[in-house]
Amino acid sequence: MTGFLTAGIIRTALEVGLIYSLVALSLFISYSILNICDLSTDGCYTLGCAVGAIVTIAGHPFLAIPAAMLAGICSGYVTALLQTKFGVQSILAGIIVNTGLYTVNLAVMGFSSNVSIFGTDTIFSIFKDLNSSGFWKDWCNLILLAVIVASVCLLIKWFLGTTLGLSIRATGDSPAMVRASSINPIFTITVGLCFSNALTGLAGCLIGQYNKTCDINLGTGMVTIALASLVIGETLLGKGRMIFRIIGMVVGSCLYRFIISIALRLNVPTEAFKLVSAVIVAIAIAAPRAKQIIAFKHKQITAMQERKSMRGDKANA
Amino acid sequence: MLKIEHVFKTFNTGTVNEKKALTDLNLELQDGDFATIIGSNGAGKSTMFNAIAGSFYTDSGFIELDGEDITFTPEHTRSRYIGRLFQDPLMGTAPHMTIEENLSVAYLRASEHKRGLFSHVSKSERDKFREHLSLLDMGLEDRMNHPVGLLSGGQRQALTLLMATMVTPKLLLLDEHTAALDPSTAAKVLDLTKKIIEENHISCLMVTHNMNQALELGNRTLMMNNGNIVFDVKGEERSHMTIKDLLDKFEENAGKALNNDRILLSTKEGV
Repeated sequence: MTGFLTAGIIRTALEVGLIYSLVALSLFISYSILNICDLSTDGCYTLGCAVGAIVTIAGHPFLAIPAAMLAGICSGYVTALLQTKFGVQSILAGIIVNTGLYTVNLAVMGFSSNVSIFGTDTIFSIFKDLNSSGFWKDWCNLILLAVIVASVCLLIKWFLGTTLGLSIRATGDSPAMVRASSINPIFTITVGLCFSNALTGLAGCLIGQYNKTCDINLGTGMVTIALASLVIGETLLGKGRMIFRIIGMVVGSCLYRFIISIALRLNVPTEAFKLVSAVIVAIAIAAPRAKQIIAFKHKQITAMQERKSMRGDKANA
Repeated sequence: MLKIEHVFKTFNTGTVNEKKALTDLNLELQDGDFATIIGSNGAGKSTMFNAIAGSFYTDSGFIELDGEDITFTPEHTRSRYIGRLFQDPLMGTAPHMTIEENLSVAYLRASEHKRGLFSHVSKSERDKFREHLSLLDMGLEDRMNHPVGLLSGGQRQALTLLMATMVTPKLLLLDEHTAALDPSTAAKVLDLTKKIIEENHISCLMVTHNMNQALELGNRTLMMNNGNIVFDVKGEERSHMTIKDLLDKFEENAGKALNNDRILLSTKEGV
């Protein structure tokens, strides 16, 4: 096993998985909780990365985090504004914002399609310098990311239990009830989308500092990947208690990265990666239904056989 | 307390589907009034409720609640004072949230308790919820952490009733809220409704298709036709009325016989 998957590969999969899990958590809030398909994720992720990269290059790797989250909030606010105040369909609102963000992202990156942050401190390099032991050098990134993701998970769990969080959940769960109970759906949808896009921005900022680069096409297909993680998580840990659902997002996205790592080890060419991702998503989403169909067919066949044998008994008697 | 003045509402104006839903609707409800509403299919009963609750703004006319003009008040602000139950028991509750969470959301209407946006359900609130739930006598107080989607239609409707009245509303709108329930559950929910309305002296409007209910419940009966109230009876006159009188009155005032199939069915059954 160690020959096939080295500790290094597993570690990298976990690290990237943890960063991606923030996008999965973002979609968890918009897609699972609010019942809104927010397709601006791709652009928002790149936006977070671009803003994070620029602020990091300016010498403020820590300030980059709130800056990227704030950028995410702005993007989420525009998406929310379009669909609540101006009645644009939610999917369309996401696509419009996503398209617009492409230019915004280019502008943030100084109209170049690529920004490199080599040679500047990042939160990862600063954290690494805290200790010089070999163990620390290997694992510090994972520890830092685990701490960040764990705090985000706790924050979401806490938030969804507050009055505001409950109102947001109700908005996604029963629009009729919300209208009858003095909740302003415009407000809750706006807050929910801002919160979710802040997480996407955070993920973008972290991946930028992690890879020390930002590319204009970084976010392409991010929605699919996050959706895959979300579905894997929900399939594995169910839709029961909130804390398990949240942890499921993290587990799902780490697992997704593992699948990708294995595909890499099996020498699947990188050109085929988007297709591999799409196939994984399709399988993950279709799996529960396929399981049902198989179970039903099985039931049908056994019932038919039983009936046949009963008829046989009658004929014999 | 509720005053509707010359309210008009037309849907799909200028198209072939144009529908004049409310035409010069006028109504004045006194404090503590409990009025039942019957009317033919498409008479505008639900549209009137939607106008009062603020699901849409009216084309013209004014709506006043407790002396305050609410004609252009947004729906979520009005729902602080107006409780509402729909015919579909699945509509008033959030299925994937627990009973406690549902009640907590409904409790938001208690503006005098001004809870912060980031506060959690407190111990005293939980006790209060439990106490309210036990009044329903359905054993729900021991299932506070169950998702509402697991409850039966009757239980969900009873819960919705509780949610609408836990913070006493100024006005309660009941839109055939027992029509989708089986007879014994419907009777139970109706008893609860009567009890809660009496105990809290809530003014109430209730749409029903049951002529007996229309005469027995409350202190006033309204009949609607073509987006208008054609007959309004209360007090002495009402207490002597029979279903036949009511049907005759409708015919006399609306110029045609009542054509609500469900009303006629329930009358034939002679319930």
